[in-house]
Amino acid sequence: MATITVDGTEHEVDGRLTLFQALQSIGKEVPHFCFHERLSIAGNCRMCLVEVEKAPKPVASCAQPILDGMVVFTDSEKTIKARRGVMEFLLINHPLDCPICDQGGECDLQDQAMAYGHDRTRFEENKRAVHDKEMGPLVKTIMTRCIHCTRCIRFAEEVAGVEEIGALHRGEHMEIATYLERSLTSELSGNVIDLCPVGALTSKPYAFTARSWELRKTESVDVMDAVGSNIRVDSRGAEVMRVLPRLNDDINEEWISDKTRFACDGLKRQRLDRPYVRRDGELQPASWPEAFAAIAGRIAETGGAGMAAIAGDQADCEAMIALKDLFAACGSENIDCRQDGAKVDPSVRASYLFNSGIAGIDEADALLLIGANPRVEAAVLNARIRRRWRAGGFRIGQIGEPADLTYRTDRLGAGAETLAALARGDHGGDQGGGHGFAKVLEHAERPMLIVGPGVLAREDGAQMLGLARAAAERFGMVRDGWNGFNVLHTAASRVGGLDLGFAPGPGGRDTAAILDGAAAGEIGLVWLLGADEIDMDRLGGAFVVYQGHHGDAGAGRADVILPGAAYTEKSATYVNVEGRPQRTALAIFPPGDAREDWTIVRAFSEVAGHTLPYDSLAQVRARLADANPVFEAVDEIVPAEWRPFGDDASDAAPVSAPFRSPIENFYMTDPIGRCSETMAQCTQMRRSLDAGARTGTDG
Amino acid sequence: MLQDRDRIFTNLYGFDDWGLEGARRRGDWDQTAWFLEQGRAWICQQVKESGLRGRGGAGFPTGLKWSFMPPDDKRDGRPHYLVVNADESEPGTCKDRDIMRHDPHKLVEGCLIAGFAMGANTAYIYVRGEFYREAERLQAAVDQAYGAGLIGKNASGSGWDFDIHVHRGAGAYICGEETALLESLEGKKGQPRLKPPFPANAGLYGCPTTVNNVESIAVVPTILRRGAAWFAGIGRDARNTGTKLFCISGHVNTPCNVEEAMGIPFRELIEKHAGGVRGGWDNLLAVIPGGSSVPCLPADICQDLPMDFDTLAGFKSGLGTAAVIVMDKSTDIVNAICRLSKFYMHESCGQCTPCREGTGWMWRVMTRLVRGEADIGEIDMLEEVTYQVEGHTICALGDAAAWPIQGLIRHFRPELERRILERKVAA
Repeated sequence: MATITVDGTEHEVDGRLTLFQALQSIGKEVPHFCFHERLSIAGNCRMCLVEVEKAPKPVASCAQPILDGMVVFTDSEKTIKARRGVMEFLLINHPLDCPICDQGGECDLQDQAMAYGHDRTRFEENKRAVHDKEMGPLVKTIMTRCIHCTRCIRFAEEVAGVEEIGALHRGEHMEIATYLERSLTSELSGNVIDLCPVGALTSKPYAFTARSWELRKTESVDVMDAVGSNIRVDSRGAEVMRVLPRLNDDINEEWISDKTRFACDGLKRQRLDRPYVRRDGELQPASWPEAFAAIAGRIAETGGAGMAAIAGDQADCEAMIALKDLFAACGSENIDCRQDGAKVDPSVRASYLFNSGIAGIDEADALLLIGANPRVEAAVLNARIRRRWRAGGFRIGQIGEPADLTYRTDRLGAGAETLAALARGDHGGDQGGGHGFAKVLEHAERPMLIVGPGVLAREDGAQMLGLARAAAERFGMVRDGWNGFNVLHTAASRVGGLDLGFAPGPGGRDTAAILDGAAAGEIGLVWLLGADEIDMDRLGGAFVVYQGHHGDAGAGRADVILPGAAYTEKSATYVNVEGRPQRTALAIFPPGDAREDWTIVRAFSEVAGHTLPYDSLAQVRARLADANPVFEAVDEIVPAEWRPFGDDASDAAPVSAPFRSPIENFYMTDPIGRCSETMAQCTQMRRSLDAGARTGTDG
Repeated sequence: MLQDRDRIFTNLYGFDDWGLEGARRRGDWDQTAWFLEQGRAWICQQVKESGLRGRGGAGFPTGLKWSFMPPDDKRDGRPHYLVVNADESEPGTCKDRDIMRHDPHKLVEGCLIAGFAMGANTAYIYVRGEFYREAERLQAAVDQAYGAGLIGKNASGSGWDFDIHVHRGAGAYICGEETALLESLEGKKGQPRLKPPFPANAGLYGCPTTVNNVESIAVVPTILRRGAAWFAGIGRDARNTGTKLFCISGHVNTPCNVEEAMGIPFRELIEKHAGGVRGGWDNLLAVIPGGSSVPCLPADICQDLPMDFDTLAGFKSGLGTAAVIVMDKSTDIVNAICRLSKFYMHESCGQCTPCREGTGWMWRVMTRLVRGEADIGEIDMLEEVTYQVEGHTICALGDAAAWPIQGLIRHFRPELERRILERKVAA
């Protein structure tokens, strides 16, 4: 602790802080542009200058360490003059085009000019004009507005791990640009829009569509991946205008991936807004009672054993528990929420969680990636791994296909053989630094591993899971107060579905068995709860009920379509990869006749003659808590008990193919992304970059 | 006037052999090992007692600067570095250039002694990009010293290992700022760093580093050989000691580099060495006494003006690099200062706001003032803008851009007003 005197009052502050942070901690507002607490200190905007006694010049508080006995003035004439001067300099070459600027209303420069600037200009010369730069389909640039705070440069280099943004030229000709004006390729590039304190970098899809003060802001949770990033959904009328990150230090800090941010335009396309029933081979509009009657009729034919349900990647817990209860009432145990066939053990919670928690990455000191590519599977989580790696003392071993993860890894091998050897503890790979990566893990105090979704979905997934568990146990990854065994999912619904038991009951069929049964004619009805990623051809002649929000693969195959709500249109529970139940909120209403998903199942249950015993959201949630107490602790993590899981007794030869990520295209992994024009542009951009790196001088 | 026997740079004009043989004849590389035997503390103490102040412009006491380096008992395993700033780019300054091409062994020997005094086994000499031949000459001298065992393993038989690397810059003025120089040396864009941390804590590659001017380092061996008291005995007072290289340019009859005693009166300096002001003393208009960045002084206060750090600071100017730019009455003083403003605008790195935006603004107002296209009130506004830049930037380039204009307004406001009024009348 240190004592500093601020404006005549003594304060005790943490001596490790910078002066800026200390002033903020005691409630003194200090204007600033370049400082950002998650980026390195640049000290270049000079807006945070304050007068310090005995210092000959005003000091930049953002870069000033606390000295005991410091005497600081935040409202002295010298401080105010310094700020005014800097503000005047920032504004002389700023276009002041606020009326046509998308940042208007949420602009740091606008706000701080009001509070700390002059009310008129003395600048009689011509203003500088700067050519706009191409940064790809997501980030729009109006570079004349740039105040050169370099936040975007530091973000790209430090957080995103792609050195794609930099400053060209010097002096007043300095310009922020991408290398040869190539598009940004980071999965986190949209965050520079939030970081930019002015309107130089704005959202391209959102350009000129709305003003910040017209928007209704709804705090919610993202479902594009399993991280559960906290988001704010900004909507106007019946339209989601944009998605922004919400601060949550334990999950996404203040970043979100480009898919989370920009896929929202997919919510307006290809929507299922009324029930359909297939008649004479064609889907035809129908009323709710007609649709329900068609399903009920089919259920009466097939009976419990002949019906099955598969939940998709964005199914919410309320809908899944309702569907599970309905199927139980009908006498069917054939339900599964793992449409990719992941071989996690639904009975052992530790086998499918990211047990260390996402924040646990910060505490780990060694990491083994088993077939995981977090950069595309969980981009925000990858940024945390990168940050931990940058801090040093964090070796990362990787088993699987080579990939640019934005940090250096020791590549140990391609697949099952390497994992098996490592689990036996006798091999650390060729590039493990001479003594092998096994040594690194042995010496680590808090080692962790991450099993990727591609590994679990393999035919030998259970065996691989067993090997991973063996490795975790061998290297002491599970010890008092620390569980470094982590499974990474890509489906937002996965952990919640497993927690509430949306998995085959005794004698029930899992996804593969359901598809086999459908193909063989043993399963007569398949209820797809937003499941689009299965092979529809394998459903054979089964009667398919598709309940979901987009006209994707499932709806194309369906015999009855029940229009549901997307994640922005319902108040629903999702459990993220760490096992943290979080709730979305209704930002806009579902389009047309579409309804919140659990109410559809509840309404149908009455038609089917098995009326479910809940009529309100509160009652469904009570039922959830009844199914698994973890649902009571919203926003909390309930640690999972460590018990044996996985198949470690199998003698079957493992699949020889290398571990690989199931994600081919980061931007289109779900129905919303596939309907999004922005995501399509990103896909095209990425493909053209991959196809041939053009140099910019080739014509 | 300085006696010939008290000159340090005895081959400043290149009449003698620049090489090792000539240098030895002039007394260089004599007793070097013995100096090192006396230990780090002794050398630092000698330099402190000599009163040597940094010759790069700021005039910070050199011995004190060296003592900021972690002492032997507080080393944490990081290497120490000596970095010599040979990026001599200040307009009007050309002293380091002559040291490097005519007396390079003074610098090489100085590097060994200074490096040892701060516990550094490695020195980098960052040479201005335009000094191509000078860098060649310096490299040749370094090679000679390696060949003779004066540096390298067991340098000069002292038991101390010492390497010198000559590195050429790419011609940016800002890379003469010590932390921008370090950035550039590390291969990055030359932009000054925030201080603290100071280079003595975290400099080159994050290691303790001291950056010194060429002249500061080159005078050290002679100080040790002749004693701190000798050096301290030259000069006007105890805070302004020793000999100094003056670079006299502009409207004098014989522009030159000359080594003189600190504190020599201005008129004596230019009349003895530079043949006086072109057209006679009365034709003097103004002087920039320390390189382009210090404020100019009008003729009437220059006659007996002692050329040293503190006196010039007292007149709100500075000794800077002792690059004396003489301007006679044919000079368009406003245009001259305007040209300097353009230089600083061009050389601003663009990193921090006041300098990036302010230097351009100041130059634009100056170009109008040259023609009188302004209002009288804009003179005050311009002065206020210079004070808004000065002291608010990361490095001193902002100050350097502001000072010449402040000097102009302080001493030549009537000239500025005359031009404005004349233009108004004509219009």
